[in-house]
Amino acid sequence: MLRQITVPIIAILVFLGFWEWLVWVNGWPNFKMASPSDLPPAYSRYWELFLTMGWQTLWRTVVGLLLAVVVGTLIGMIIGFSRLMRDALYPLLVGFNAIPKATLVPVISLIFIGQHDFNTVLMAFMISFFPIAVSVGIGLSTLEPEYRDILRSLGASKYTIFTKIALPKTLPEFFGALKVSVTLAFIGTNLVEIVSPHGRGLGALFKSGETNGDYPLMFAVLIALAVLGIVLYYAVVFLEKIFAGWAEREGS
Amino acid sequence: MSRGPFLLLNEGRAIENLIEIKGVKHAYSTKAGPLPVLDGLEVAVPEGTFCAVVGPSGCGKSTLTRLVAGLMKPDEGEVWLHGERVRGPRKTVGMAFQNPVLLEWRTILENVILPLEIVAPTMSRAKRVERAMELLEMVGLKGFENKRPSELSGGMRQRASLCRSIVHKPEVLIMDEPFGALDAFTREDLWQTMRELRAAEPFTAVLITHDLRESVFLGDQVIVLSGRPARTQYVMNVDLPADRTLDVLYEKPVADMLSVLRQQIKIAQGRDEEVH
Repeated sequence: MLRQITVPIIAILVFLGFWEWLVWVNGWPNFKMASPSDLPPAYSRYWELFLTMGWQTLWRTVVGLLLAVVVGTLIGMIIGFSRLMRDALYPLLVGFNAIPKATLVPVISLIFIGQHDFNTVLMAFMISFFPIAVSVGIGLSTLEPEYRDILRSLGASKYTIFTKIALPKTLPEFFGALKVSVTLAFIGTNLVEIVSPHGRGLGALFKSGETNGDYPLMFAVLIALAVLGIVLYYAVVFLEKIFAGWAEREGS
Repeated sequence: MSRGPFLLLNEGRAIENLIEIKGVKHAYSTKAGPLPVLDGLEVAVPEGTFCAVVGPSGCGKSTLTRLVAGLMKPDEGEVWLHGERVRGPRKTVGMAFQNPVLLEWRTILENVILPLEIVAPTMSRAKRVERAMELLEMVGLKGFENKRPSELSGGMRQRASLCRSIVHKPEVLIMDEPFGALDAFTREDLWQTMRELRAAEPFTAVLITHDLRESVFLGDQVIVLSGRPARTQYVMNVDLPADRTLDVLYEKPVADMLSVLRQQIKIAQGRDEEVH
């Protein structure tokens, strides 16, 4: 338990030390690259902004992520259970996922003018549902027929087979995908926050740091984003332990 | 009270056939056209007896289990269970496979209880646990009921799988090579367990196997299927005492039976000229 906390903390400290050293040894000024020692002043100066903006980024990311879980799971079920739908939807899904989402920002901000919250949530969703849909789809379509047969031979309904077997069996894949989606969703949120004029959230704070040439502020935002990402990621790990902890083997 | 023929057993008592397969033909559709797997399958299993089915690889034995379980319908012919035509899955069937297919997120006890949740939704939790524990104790898994499947050995998992397949007291137990993936010693242990379960539980059994010794040790009759498309090629009645032990496998009567079965398998494989 102690090791689980100390090892990552030591790793982070080593990383910060390396960063500080890199800036110092190159003699980079603040407007080229900020160093870790520049960050605490930035936080103490703007802490109120960090709290409100951080909260905005967080809730919009989480809502987008929840949307991605619901829609991604639904799409996964459709392509997992129906061969026809799999053949029909896969090219569309892959094609949509291949589109750089930055190009969609002007599109959605023209369709939903001024709906900054909505646009941000929408982007977080669009960028993060794909891994969930694919992994749920694969999990369901690769279910060994014997698993289905043990219940089907007893006359169990499709719904019962889904809730008792298919759904729990897919949970490990689902959580694996959710871990990828968490970080993707942050990218989506920030994309809109940075690119939109008059945006809010940490992305907008980053943008204003850039406009004012305040490099320590920009780096402070990046670190704050990283912290939020880590928090949300471990929230998923926590849920995974509760709902799919059985998939973890001893000694691995 | 019954349809279909009767089969006379040694005692001269007429016993109804619990399972009857009459003139079953079936073909799978493949890209290269229809692939016939069954062609003239005749099986009759009297109530309470154990029927072992052997035959060459890929001859359609697994299709046979799916037919009896009502998981598929034959193109031609009839499958009867307890005087009723099989038209779909029924709650009176239990299945076990080579892969124990235990649910990793459930404990052994919860795995064994699973069929009761489907078949007897009104049964109380205490009754379910009591029934499952009774079986787990019988197969020697007492004390392991709260373990996860991944914590058990292959043989123990297969024991749990057997418990699950009969926990709802099915009329018919269908087994598709349940011991196929086990090592020789574990397999023989499970044969013993299987016979003990049979003595205690009322099911009628169909066992698909590749192991001729297994078919003779467990079966009351052994059915040899021909190569694909499979038809019933040979039926052997196994006349051994009900309380047989593994020693019986090393005695003359069994040796004779095995030699006959071996000969039949060669014929089924189309290699009968090679013998002698």
